[in-house]
Amino acid sequence: MSEHIVPVKVYLAIFLALLAGTALTIFAAFHDFPWRLNTVIALTIASIKATLVVLYFMHVRYSTRLVWVILVAALFWMGILFALTFSDYFTRDWIPLS
Amino acid sequence: MRQKLAESYATTEHAEGHPGLQHHFENMEQQREAGTLGIWVFLVTEIMFFGGMFLAYTLYRSKYPTAFASGSNHLDITLGAVNTGVLILSSFTMALAVYGTQVGKRRLQIFCLALTIGLGLTFLGIKAVEYKDKYVDNLIPGTLIPGHPFHPAVQAPGEPFDEHKLHLLPGAKVQNVEMFYWIYFAMTGMHAVHMVIGVGLLSFLLFFSARRRYGPEYYNPIEVTGLYWHFVDIVWIFLFPLLYLLGRHLEHGG
Repeated sequence: MSEHIVPVKVYLAIFLALLAGTALTIFAAFHDFPWRLNTVIALTIASIKATLVVLYFMHVRYSTRLVWVILVAALFWMGILFALTFSDYFTRDWIPLS
Repeated sequence: MRQKLAESYATTEHAEGHPGLQHHFENMEQQREAGTLGIWVFLVTEIMFFGGMFLAYTLYRSKYPTAFASGSNHLDITLGAVNTGVLILSSFTMALAVYGTQVGKRRLQIFCLALTIGLGLTFLGIKAVEYKDKYVDNLIPGTLIPGHPFHPAVQAPGEPFDEHKLHLLPGAKVQNVEMFYWIYFAMTGMHAVHMVIGVGLLSFLLFFSARRRYGPEYYNPIEVTGLYWHFVDIVWIFLFPLLYLLGRHLEHGG
């Protein structure tokens, strides 16, 4: 919980993983995937990279439960922001206006 | 309560006299946790702040997909990728600076803080080069620069490739590409402002590190600045694919 010192090896591994993720996302961006998979792939890689940064560089994996609660609350509220806005904008054409 | 307070004093006598301990905290451990918690609450507000701009991006991109792809394809992917690498490396050196402070390696601490500042400035320098390219190509939206409004040269069909001209994908309109550039400048601009603030904070830390203020007993200022720095890195991790890469797979049609 307190004063957990992350070894340099872990930092180095995360750093290399982040570089690999960047290379992968650039590589994937030049391929034409069906449907909207390009966006899905790019966002998945970005989310994995962000999770690695949060868990290891930002020490959340070793932090108190309170930090977890705060982070999850932030993501939950951002989910509300997106969900409610999309429920308006993306349904406007469903009922044609006469 | 009073007795509990007295007990906690008794168990943390070694830290009590530390010059970094503020009088309203019982001990260094409590101060450290309060500081970390405080910066996390601040980062929540930052998540909501950038979240609003990511929301605007998503809505307009879904409304004008080809215009956004056309605007995106005009950005310099090499500079964007190099900047991503620079920022990831700076996050790594920032983490090492925290580590160096925690284990009492002062030279590592100071070296990594200085390196992080250098990498932050490198990022801003490359960003400035990109902004200048946009200025030259008249891609700064609206009339943000007086006397230099948004009016990009558009490539006509069949015309030989000119990297300074906008290549509109079928169905894309110039005024919607302008919307992409509003969002591009708002998001990368706010991100750059955060980088400038981060470099300022790191310079402060470097100055006081040289005066031996921080060490294994008292490293919270470096730790929380690190949290902020990593957050700014995460914003860029999302900005890079969304702004630079989203239309690349449509480009090979020409």
